[in-house]
Amino acid sequence: MSNGSTNDSPEMTTGMGAALIGPGHSYASVTDKISAIVLARRTPKWWILGFFISFVLVMMLLVAVTYLFVEGVGIWGVNIPIGWGFAIVSFVWWIGIGHAGTLISAILLLLRQQWRTSINRFAEAMTLFAVSCAGLYPLLHLGRPWLAYWLFPYPDTMKMWPQFRSPLVWDCFAVSTYATVSLMFWFIGLVPDLATLRDRARNRAAKVVYGILAMGWRGSAIHWQRHETASLLLAGLATPLVVSVHTIVSFDFAYGIVPGWHATIFPPYFVAGAIYQGFAMVLTLSIPVRKLFGLEDFITLKHLANMGKVMLATGLIVAYGYMMETFMAWYSGNPYDRYMILNRMTGPYAPVYWSLIACNIAIPQLLWFRKVRGKVFALFTLAMFINVGMWLERFVIVVTSLHRDFMPSAWGMYYPTRWDWMTLFGSIGLFLSLLFLFIRFVPLISIFEMRSLVAAEGEKK
Amino acid sequence: MRKPRIYGLMAEFASPEELLAAAHLAHDNGYTRVDAFAPFPIEGLAEAVGFRSTRLPLVVLIGGIIGCCTGYFLQYYAAAVSYPINIGGRPLNSWPAFIPITFELTILFAAFAAVFGMLAMNGLPTPYHPVFNVPRFALASRDRFFLCIKARDPKFDLAKTREFLESLKAREVTTIEN
Repeated sequence: MSNGSTNDSPEMTTGMGAALIGPGHSYASVTDKISAIVLARRTPKWWILGFFISFVLVMMLLVAVTYLFVEGVGIWGVNIPIGWGFAIVSFVWWIGIGHAGTLISAILLLLRQQWRTSINRFAEAMTLFAVSCAGLYPLLHLGRPWLAYWLFPYPDTMKMWPQFRSPLVWDCFAVSTYATVSLMFWFIGLVPDLATLRDRARNRAAKVVYGILAMGWRGSAIHWQRHETASLLLAGLATPLVVSVHTIVSFDFAYGIVPGWHATIFPPYFVAGAIYQGFAMVLTLSIPVRKLFGLEDFITLKHLANMGKVMLATGLIVAYGYMMETFMAWYSGNPYDRYMILNRMTGPYAPVYWSLIACNIAIPQLLWFRKVRGKVFALFTLAMFINVGMWLERFVIVVTSLHRDFMPSAWGMYYPTRWDWMTLFGSIGLFLSLLFLFIRFVPLISIFEMRSLVAAEGEKK
Repeated sequence: MRKPRIYGLMAEFASPEELLAAAHLAHDNGYTRVDAFAPFPIEGLAEAVGFRSTRLPLVVLIGGIIGCCTGYFLQYYAAAVSYPINIGGRPLNSWPAFIPITFELTILFAAFAAVFGMLAMNGLPTPYHPVFNVPRFALASRDRFFLCIKARDPKFDLAKTREFLESLKAREVTTIEN
């Protein structure tokens, strides 16, 4: 209540009557503003710098991957008993990041949450690129990546089939289905906007490229009707899909008998964790983008505050998951399970565990305060903590569960090598490079949905 | 040399309400080959130009059923017929383990049906369409709303239809050449 006069006041922007779009916008102004980002001739300096840095990281990834292909997975820190190191930690992390994109675009569409409009395109692109990064890791981890096609069922001359009872094969189907459906959902939503770009581009090459991609979309009422039906159906299909994908990812662990993995809480707690972290990543990306492109009218403080609320809710589910894991280890009376939890809290990886608790559970409790949810910088910082915390969570699950095998003679430690780090940061570079290309060549906010929003706001008045 | 054949008449409107009203009036006046163009979906507009309902949900359902059967029988065939492995006498057709992939393929095929079904029913991609010959039609993807009465319409008469469209307070009425 203190500073009700400024624009950034949380009371003004997070209350019931807060606007999803700045005042004075028309169909033409939203169209022009968003398409100008793509069609502007001059590439902003920060874009060139950002893309350059990301691209250098991609080159680093290529070096790491090339050396991996030459030498094998021995260049990583993985060894028995810890056969799954950074590769699986990062795989689960990236897949999780993808899930908020689907949640924003599909579930919030079905729930008719209008506030998703200005962030859904961006979040869907994030999904697509995160899944691309995730997909790399299992392939790199195969040891013989040139035989990756063995994961798919095809009538081969060896008369062998994949083991369909294995969660790793389920994972292959789940992740490839998820990538395909996300790509189609994203592209179908993009078609009307590509038509806008086709009609507004002045440059001949842009006209041709956007024209081909728009497939001759002309905005016929009947086409819109089928487009809307298809979008709703895809949203309805993507919603159970996103839940199933992270459930299956959690089966990779829960199916094994390793203490710390073999838990029925895993599927729901993985799904909640994915949404939690995905929203953190959407905030991490959308806060700089809205600033750099001056999109504060479209991605308002209300959007940011709503994302903060979703993070708070899913973060509490994740906290419940941690609590139940600990409780069940005690309640089961299983000495291995009890030891596993004690070892997490007090063993050699205890600092990782306590950092995880701090990043994922303790610090995000600040989101209870409306003042915090209304401050852009605070939200950004919290989102960064959650991004790191969720990566640590997967590290704890993968590494601390494996490093104390059933027999003390088989205990070991995992220390990442420089190649592990190069692959991790290289994949972040790949993700950012793809995002930079996306914001330069494709409208990062769905233009036609913003026009619908303008129409809806007009009716309210 | 080239004789311009007429595709229809195009009227331009400034707001979705005007377009919706015009589409209803065109329908009431007996025009049946009508199409409306807008920069965003408008509720009721498709019905106003005589669109009944879409069969897309049925196509998606069929796609899903095909995916479901494909997924299950793929696994059944591989695990129980083509390459049966007896592991301690456990059943070869271990259906609970086949559910995840069956589910994923159901979703995959249904999504393919939704996307390609929508494109096919809409006749996309359409590399050429006469409505693009109207110069101001480029605004149909920005902030203008268009109603088109096609020459195929039995009631179509170049002069009378133009008069009718102009009576609807259209900003501009253009002849669409083929």
